[in-house]
Amino acid sequence: MTTATRLPSAPTNPWRSHPTRIVSIVDETPGVRTYELAFEEVGIHAGYTFAAGQFNMLYLPGIGEAAISVSSDPDHRGTIAHTVRAVGNVTDALARLAIGEQVLVRGPFGTPWPTDGVEGRDVVIVAGGLGLASQRAAIHRLSRRDDGGRTIVLHGAKRPEGLLYRADYDRWRAAGIDVRTVVDEGDASWTGRVGLVTHLLADVQLDPSATTILCCGPDPMMVGVAEAATNRGVSTEQVFLSLERNMACAVAHCGLCQFGPHFVCRDGPVLRYDRIAGLMKVPQL
Amino acid sequence: MTEPLPGSWHWLDPAGLQQLIDALRRRGHRVIGPQVADGAIVLRELASVAELPTGWLDEQDGGSYRLRHDPAAGTFDHVVGPHSLKNFLFPARETIASFTRTDGAWTQTHAPAPDPLLAVLGVRGCDLAALAIQDRVFLGSGYVDEAYKARRERLFLVAVNCRRAAATCFCHSMGCGPAAGPSFDLALTEIGNRFACEVGSDRGAAVLADAIAAGALMTACSEAEIDAARGVPRDLAARMHARQGGADAPTPRSLDTHGIRDLLMRNLEHPRWDEVASRCLSCTNCTLVCPTCFCSSVQEVADLSGDKVDRERQWASCFSLDHARMHGQSVRSSTASRYRQWLTHKFATWIDQFDTSGCTGCGRCITWCPVGIDVTGEIAAIRATDGAASPDAGRETP
Repeated sequence: MTTATRLPSAPTNPWRSHPTRIVSIVDETPGVRTYELAFEEVGIHAGYTFAAGQFNMLYLPGIGEAAISVSSDPDHRGTIAHTVRAVGNVTDALARLAIGEQVLVRGPFGTPWPTDGVEGRDVVIVAGGLGLASQRAAIHRLSRRDDGGRTIVLHGAKRPEGLLYRADYDRWRAAGIDVRTVVDEGDASWTGRVGLVTHLLADVQLDPSATTILCCGPDPMMVGVAEAATNRGVSTEQVFLSLERNMACAVAHCGLCQFGPHFVCRDGPVLRYDRIAGLMKVPQL
Repeated sequence: MTEPLPGSWHWLDPAGLQQLIDALRRRGHRVIGPQVADGAIVLRELASVAELPTGWLDEQDGGSYRLRHDPAAGTFDHVVGPHSLKNFLFPARETIASFTRTDGAWTQTHAPAPDPLLAVLGVRGCDLAALAIQDRVFLGSGYVDEAYKARRERLFLVAVNCRRAAATCFCHSMGCGPAAGPSFDLALTEIGNRFACEVGSDRGAAVLADAIAAGALMTACSEAEIDAARGVPRDLAARMHARQGGADAPTPRSLDTHGIRDLLMRNLEHPRWDEVASRCLSCTNCTLVCPTCFCSSVQEVADLSGDKVDRERQWASCFSLDHARMHGQSVRSSTASRYRQWLTHKFATWIDQFDTSGCTGCGRCITWCPVGIDVTGEIAAIRATDGAASPDAGRETP
């Protein structure tokens, strides 16, 4: 039976949305922006905490909700950031908002990345496109590690302009993180690698017994990465994927996000590969 | 006259049943019970025993439901209709949050009116089991659904022990009937033209005591009479296990549940999913009548000004394309994949999630399927060809 646990930071009334104001908007890649939000209620502003990989339900009354990972630093208090692609009703409406406008937020929800269970291990973060948004909070955490383990970020995008958080790479590298990028198709200015993130992974020297993989991207890409890593001897218990599914409640009541036995909202979005490897290979599950 | 206590048994004649209904209504309960309406036996508010479907039998089979009047039939010889406790505890539409905009700022303003006290009369073993299953979903999975909890805690249950099964019944296979359980306030066993009433809770005893104080005659059942009453569902269970029909008793269905979780999970790409998809209309009827299906979505309901918004939770179905829609596309675009989701959730992954099957064997999904798809037949077909693989399973059918 799935363990029905509730993280300490979880809200008590899951349907309670808290007002926030947009304090900054950063244009990231085409159609993708990062919204920095500040809670308006004093108590929530001071008390809101989340773990890397968790998500919030962003709500625009009359339009609807979208489940979006928190992509800011979990140790930063006062504001939270969400990186969003305008791709539907809610996210399109979000894209029309300006600084100072209101967004309602409920959360945080879900099972986070295992950033607290990787002491001394090499952590390879593999991101396809916007998938990196769900991992940035983990990168913030890992940029402060001093346990001897390496942190490697492998980020792939269709085209160079799709590489996310390019302004952060220097800071990540300065913190000792190995950041590598690849694109499916380059352009005139691209001098980096062309190919897939699995090619980047193949180049990484790793000790399979001391490596943890955190992967987020389209389902087929995640299966490719997970299989490549496990074929090199990384345990399926040390490969973590962050899944995306439709969800309305975020607390395992609405049933929309089910993936086999898992409620992606509660048991995920971060799921250990040994628990989903078979399911990931079944079409339309 | 013996004082009602949990575990005591008392005789109610139809007048006594009326006095029980009256006692519940005096305590502020809206009393819901089976009634004939629109050609079916449905659950509706009632005030009188005369509204109960005495003399009516339901004939149910795959895709078929017919009522037949039979002067020999008792008050509760019908089985289950399209409604269940789900319709009352987890309503098809419910406002879960409200928001008001003033000077450009939204405030959450939800203050739901408390629901009236509810008493449901005539609840069968399968539906009591379904209630226990929905309790695990809404009360026992980490988060508590407060609205469900408020209704659930105040629900008064008058159960009925079945003495007849329809052709669609298979509660005996699921361990959910035909005896009433796991818990109730009162349980009736119809014998002749009266009812042996077992007290199942302190509340049940208090309501019976109210009825007696108001003049109801409820003599205690003797040990022999209690044994006879207990024998009613036990005899039906024996006939169901033996798959024994009769002139007025159709042969009930049955389901081999041995290792059913693993059976289904190792056959996710079985060709049967495509075969059943060629018959399934993806109409969602099975999920609507299922007493345990709990999926829902949330709709925004705004007034004309746009300054008042209710968030309305509505039943959703895994047979609809919207259920698993992401970025404008459904993860489960084929009917085969949606039928597989429903069946494997109900009979397999539900066990992982809630440590119980999601099926109680009530048979509603068989009766109300417009093309008569029968879960027991589909699972038996997969069991008979365990391990068959289809290269196209789960993919879009042309």
